[in-house]
Parts: sequence; C-alpha cells; structure tokens
Amino acid sequence: MITDYIKQARISNAPFAVDGEFCIDEHIVQTLFRAALENNGDYADLYFEYNMSNSYSFREEHVKTIGQGISMGLGVRVLNGDTTGYAYTEEFSLEAMKQTAKTAGQIASGNKDVSPLVIKPRSLPDYYNVPQISNDQPINEKVALLHEADKAARAYDSRIANVEISFSESLKEMLLFTSDGVMSADRRPMIRFGVQVVAEQNDKRQGGSSGGGGRLGMEYFSQDNTSAHWHGREAARVALAMLDAREAPAGEMEVVLGPADSGILLHEAVGHGLEADFNRKETSNYSGKIGSRVASDLCTVVDNGTIANSRGSINVDDEGNLSKENTLIENGTLVGYMHDRISAKHFNVDSTGNGRRESFQCTPMPRMTNTSLLPGDSDPDEILSSVKYGVFAKRFSGGQVNISNGDFVFSLTESYLIEDGKITAPLKGVNLTGNGPDALCHVSMVGNDYQLSDGLWTCGKDGQSVPVGVGTPTVKLSKLVVGGTGNE
Amino acid sequence: MGNAMNTSLSDLASHMVKFSQKEGATATEIVIREGNGLSVKVRLGKPESVEESNDRALGIRVFCDQKCAVSYTSDLRKPQLESFVKKTIEVAQFSEKDKFNTLPDADEYATTYPDLDLYDDQTNDVTASYALNKAKEAEEAALTYSDKITNSSGATWSSVVMKSMFASSNDFAGEYRGSYSSLYVEPIADDADGKKRNDYWWTANRFLSELDDPKTVGVEAAKRTVSQLGAKKVKTGSFPVVFDTESGRSIVGTLAGIANGAAFYRNASYLIGREQTKVASDLVTISDEPRHPRWPGSRPFDGDGLPTRDNIIVNEGVLETVLCDVYSARKLNRRSTGSASRSTGGLPSPSTSNLIMKPRDMSPNDIIAQTKQGLYVTGMMGFGFNPITGDFSRGAFGFWIEDGKLTFPVTEVTISANLNDLMSRIDMVGNDLDQRASTMTPTFRVSEMTIAGL
Repeated sequence: MITDYIKQARISNAPFAVDGEFCIDEHIVQTLFRAALENNGDYADLYFEYNMSNSYSFREEHVKTIGQGISMGLGVRVLNGDTTGYAYTEEFSLEAMKQTAKTAGQIASGNKDVSPLVIKPRSLPDYYNVPQISNDQPINEKVALLHEADKAARAYDSRIANVEISFSESLKEMLLFTSDGVMSADRRPMIRFGVQVVAEQNDKRQGGSSGGGGRLGMEYFSQDNTSAHWHGREAARVALAMLDAREAPAGEMEVVLGPADSGILLHEAVGHGLEADFNRKETSNYSGKIGSRVASDLCTVVDNGTIANSRGSINVDDEGNLSKENTLIENGTLVGYMHDRISAKHFNVDSTGNGRRESFQCTPMPRMTNTSLLPGDSDPDEILSSVKYGVFAKRFSGGQVNISNGDFVFSLTESYLIEDGKITAPLKGVNLTGNGPDALCHVSMVGNDYQLSDGLWTCGKDGQSVPVGVGTPTVKLSKLVVGGTGNE
Repeated sequence: MGNAMNTSLSDLASHMVKFSQKEGATATEIVIREGNGLSVKVRLGKPESVEESNDRALGIRVFCDQKCAVSYTSDLRKPQLESFVKKTIEVAQFSEKDKFNTLPDADEYATTYPDLDLYDDQTNDVTASYALNKAKEAEEAALTYSDKITNSSGATWSSVVMKSMFASSNDFAGEYRGSYSSLYVEPIADDADGKKRNDYWWTANRFLSELDDPKTVGVEAAKRTVSQLGAKKVKTGSFPVVFDTESGRSIVGTLAGIANGAAFYRNASYLIGREQTKVASDLVTISDEPRHPRWPGSRPFDGDGLPTRDNIIVNEGVLETVLCDVYSARKLNRRSTGSASRSTGGLPSPSTSNLIMKPRDMSPNDIIAQTKQGLYVTGMMGFGFNPITGDFSRGAFGFWIEDGKLTFPVTEVTISANLNDLMSRIDMVGNDLDQRASTMTPTFRVSEMTIAGL
C-alpha cells in the first residue's frame, strides 16, 4: 500500500522511491517508529526528502556558471510533553535511520513496546499540476531565456551598463509519516527568474531588478508580462527611473502602497505576529487578542496555501496537514492564528496547514504560505489623488519585524513622491518604519485592484528559509515614518 | 556529540578529482564538509527542543576548457557520486568560455599552512543535558534579574564541530577542523502601553572554556530588555549618532561587503576607482586578519587554496586595497589577497575573515559625554543599503543622548546617510573592542545622520 501511494504521488527520483536503492516500505516505517518511540515519547514523525536544484548565472553577456545540487535526508521528530527531540541523517541505510530515530527519541524517558501502527495514505489535492517539470527540460531552452532577457535589457536604453540574470529551478520530493497513522507524499516544483541591471549616466549609477516564478514549469515564460524579455525591460525601466531619483523626505507622512509587492509589508507587519508559536508563548504583540480590533475595519487579511501555482502554496504542510485558506483578520478584528501541530493542540483548534520546514534538517513551525490583504472598493486613482504630500511605494527589497512589539522596517527599491495627488519625482532608496498594529489601524483606503506578487519572496525565521507569496491592492496609510535624508 | 572525523573522505576527494579528469574535466576542485551539531532550547525553565545534526556534503567545481560548472550533493554513494560528476562535466558544456576560468597558478598555492588552534576537543563532549543546564542557568538569571521581566523567548545553546577538506587537480590538498559554541538569551518585559519589549545577549567562542558565564549573559540580556521599557519615537532631524559595539559591527560589515573584488568587477560598489583615496575619516582603520589563533573567523588557507594573510582595507581613512579571490583578482588584473571563501556548492568569492575596525583611545563613556544631543544605537533592523550609490537607511533603536547622558529609550526611527558621508563623519572612536564575533568594532560616533521619527 505504501509503495503504491509513493508511485501515485509521482515520487520517482529519490532513493526512497519505489525503484530506489532504499525503497521505503511498511517494515522500515514500523521499525523507525518503534525506535523513535521506545522511550515512551508521545508522538513521532518521519520526514523523507530529496531535493534536486539547478541554477544558471549569466553576466557580461555570457552564461558564467551552471550549478546543480542534490540534498537528501530523513528527519525524525519526537514530541514528549512540551519538548521536541529532533535528529536527521543523510544516509538511508536502515542502521543509520534507526540510530537517528533513537537519537530523536532520547528526550523522552521510559520504556514502551510500540505496537505496529496502522498507516493510511492521505489523498492530496494538486495546486501545482505542472505540465512539464522545468528540471527535465533541455538546458538550451534555459540558456536561451538568459540571452533573451539580457538582450531586451540592453536594447531598452544605451545607458544600461550591466545586466546579470539568474535562473533557478528545483524539484522537491517529500514523504511524511506521522505516528497517528497518516502518510503524505508531495512533489513540489519551483522556478525563480531574476534580472538585475545597472544604469549609468555621467557619474550617476543606479540599479533596477525584476523577476518572478512560482510552482511552475517553463510555461511561466509564455505570458506577456512574465516573459524573459519583459523582465529584462522592466529591470531596465526601474534602473533608468531611479537615475533621476532625489533625496527622500524624512518623517511621518501619508504613504500609498502599490499593489502586489507591498504585501511584504503585511507579511512582516502582521503576518509573523500571527504565527501561533509566538502566541502560544505569549511573546507576540497579538497574544491573547483573538476577537479584538487590531486593524482598521477596511482590513481583511488571509493566508492561503491553496492558490494555484503560487510560490507559497503547498498541497500538504510538512506535518501532514492539508493547506487551507485561513482568515486571520476580518474587517479589522483578529479571528485566528496560523498553526502548526504543537500550537493547534495548545489552542485546541484544527490545524491550519501552516506547519512548514525548510528541509529535512529542520523542525517544522508555523509559517506563512501566501498572505494577502483582500481588496476594498476604492479606485486606485482616487487613492492617489487624495494625498497632498506623501510617498508612493512600488517595489521593496525586503523587510524585518520585531515579533514581540510589532516594530518593522522595509526597504524600498522603487518609490515616488506624491504631490497634490500626483506621482512626481522618483526617490532614492528609503525605508519605511513603524509598528504593525499601529500601521494597520492607519489604513484609511483600500483599493479594488488586488494583485498577487510574482513569485520572488523568501521568508526567514529562526534560520529557516521558506518560499512565500504576498498580495495586496493599493493601500493608503494615513501616517508612517519615511526614513529619507531630505529635510523638510 | 560524537566524532565528525573520517579519514576515508579525503580518499574520496582525491578519487573524485582523478575520476573527473578521466571524464574530461581540464581542472577540478573538490570540497567536502562534515559537521556534527547539537542545539537545545530552554523556555521558562523547561526544555523546549533538543536537536542533533550530522551533515556531510561534497561540492565540486569543474573547468572544461574554460567553461565552468559547480555542484553539490549529500548523496555520497560512490556510483551516484560518479554519475553526478559526469553530469557536472556535461552541464559545463552549456556555459560559455571565460578566460579567467582557470585554477590558481602552482606557485600561488599554500605549500604549508599553520595550525590556528580552531578546534576544541571538549566540544565533542557536550551532551544535551550539559547544554540544557547552561541554557537554564542563563535564562533563570534573566528571569530573576527584575520583576519587570515577565516572559521569555528562551535561551539557546548550540555547539558544532566541523571539518573542511579541499583538494584540487593542481595537487593542493588541505583540511582543517573547527568548533564553535554559543549561548543566546532573549527575555521579554511588558511595557505600560501594552507593548512588549525585548532584547538579547549572547556569548560565543571556539573554546568551551572561553564562553562567558551563563549568568552574566542572562543578566546582560535582562538589563538590555528592561532598559527598553518606555521606548518611544523622537522627532525628525539631523543629529550625531553613536553606535555601540553590537550595532557598529554591521556598519563596518556593510563597508567591507562592497570593498571586494567581486563587487568591483560586477560594477556594484560605490568604492570603484576610490583606492588610495579617502573613503572615511582619519580615525578609521579597518583590517582583515585571518591568522589569529582561536578567533572566530580565522582560516589557515583560503577557498582557492591560497595562503591567508592580513590585509589592511582602510588605513586612516584611505582605501588601501579591496579583498580578492583568484577569479576577481584576475578580472581586475591584480593578485589575489588570499581572501576567498567558498560554500560547499558554490563558486569561491572574496569575503572577510576576522574584520577589525581598530580601537583608538576614547572611552565609550567619554564619547557619550561629549555628545550634547543625539542617538545611541544598540540595535538596527532591516536591510536598506544600495551598494551602487551608498545610500544607507535602516531602522534603529537605542537611547536618546541629552547633555552627554543616556536618557530615555528610543524605538521606531530610521537613521539615514550616504555610507560615504557616514564613514567620513566618524569623529570619535572608542577604546573598546568587542571580540565575540568575526566582525569586531569599538564604539564610534558619526557626527551627523538624519533621524526620521515623529
């Protein structure tokens, strides 16, 4: 039954697949659970992973390097009371795996004769049914994309001095068994394409970038606004726009966030604080606030792991729970957190499918998938025209939050001054800083132009990186601190 | 933790070098890394997690007639490895020729390399219960320091031992071992306005016996956390900014990040063309020193197999040199500074080892005392730096200085300046050097930055 399921799930490259040297069968699984739980731990899971990745780097009009990577291993987790034991191995010999299971189980003390578990395969939806996995496609096709983007960027304007392009693709095969008897198998493709350019004019130099991807194959590049050509031109456009950038203002003012990428602000400002591990420990600024008003009533925030082909989507989380659409904030009121197994048990709620991990080397924890602010009913032009003096934020390079108090910082790579309701001068790279709950309470207009960002974002937490998606319509904040150098 | 060392891996490395040559690679480098780690976390006195790791992975770079490919794998079964090496050679054909894609010249390699005493045998003996006890002790010291400490994100102890091996088809072979342990504590206090305040403190060293006492770490973490109570924004304006040794590290690291050959040949540094000219005030001397025994960033040979050496990057404000690996040096028509680092599956790239901003003679207290009004920064957030223009803007927290004294805590502000201006405006440098991390700075003051707040 186990082997049939693995086959059905299209797990075929891993050494633990059916034709692999270390094909996982009933006997191995039972042996490992017995070893993991022999000290009387409460719960155990076995996470097998095989990840194949390729990367292409392009510079100075040439493909410079092609890289390949294979990582594989088994991570065993044992829970006992509030304590987690974890160990992993990169060897799939039964002896090595058994030793790993025993190591993870050492946090418990006692003796138990573990009787064989009944293991049921969980049937999974398919949110990323990619026609052809990118890894399997000819290398020539990818090389051609790199050249295409490079030519497009250079042809855009003679001031484009440097173009660097990267393309990466990966396919992750995972297999998970939990001691409550559930088995899940998932195959997760991912591609990411990025163009970075430098524009030069006299002694001024500025950079610009564009990119995207997701749980997709090469078909990603066939759309007009995601083709390699388009990304090349878009990166060039940003760099050229920024050549004329002037010093940004400093201080508190009105800020309009553009659609799609500005969702990163939401991700940092509220998303992390709503991950239930922080709330279970009461270390988040949102602890104990379910049912309270935490944002302006224009704000409804959801985390949705089921968006087709999005970078943050997962068919099943890394603890065997199906991903879902979870409402976190509804019309300004906090209604739920994102859970992993441990926090769901603590709060006595159903799993939300947010238990994720970077790899077999890591323990799962509550993580975001695709986090969005849902659309409102304002026209984006109407939002801009309501601002007398402020900043329009279009592109971000990243952000960071202090979970405990909600203070955040974001870096802008493309932003403009708004004067008398109109976008005017481009501004030099600035930061936005503020406090998550405060900022969401200052949301005064929400646009009807919701967009999911193109797949670029990676979220870091406790040293683990996972791919995520963000999305938002145009949003107006009545005040936020803009960290420029220009004095008013 | 068990012993990470396994001599058969060096045999494997040399076998794979030979195998790749037979399969048509003109030059090959193999990196093998092996490590064992233990990480435990305690929260509110109870063990929260015990994690053990055993890693090993092999990385390869092949050149085929000046074409290049890099790969890594943790599948070290010999038949799989051989097919992996073959595939790497195949894939290299799809890259394009680059005349700088050659190994270092034979006379560039390190012929001998020093034992820098980077490995503490005792680290192998660290058990989960030892680590849990240390973490408990540190957290308890934080929790009992003040009744204002109301919660804890926990205390984490980590220990790791590793071995790194490097072999090239030019007959270089080298290896070294290292160890590292750290203890990190993060307490939380509730503020009057319902906000939570947190800060952290830590100790780390290659040698167990050199770590700070857990109690000291816990108390310092608690002090820093309690001192953040009542933090608020300040008004927008231009003021002097004093960086403590914890926050100053990232300023110096940011400068070093663009003072290297890779940033130069990629046209991604505002320092291009600035060598032998002033890039900072006279008070600023920054050097990279890889050969200090026991220091956290030390390395006996670099990621190209070259001998490591001290390099002065900024000498009394003048940009003396930028750090180069072999590839970037050739691109720039100069010699490597022996500063290559390399990850298991990546290309070599120039990086700092122990990066030091030299302390001078002022005490940190004098620096504060001589500041009439300004911000004393103890931490920064976010990543606002444009290497091409030097524009720098980050979130900051710390304390407001009024009449030469630290007054109330400050949060939710950004500090901004062009990095070139920031470095040139350093007008006071302390005599304190924080040696815990591989980037080491004293306290220093920047005479003027824009603080954005209310």
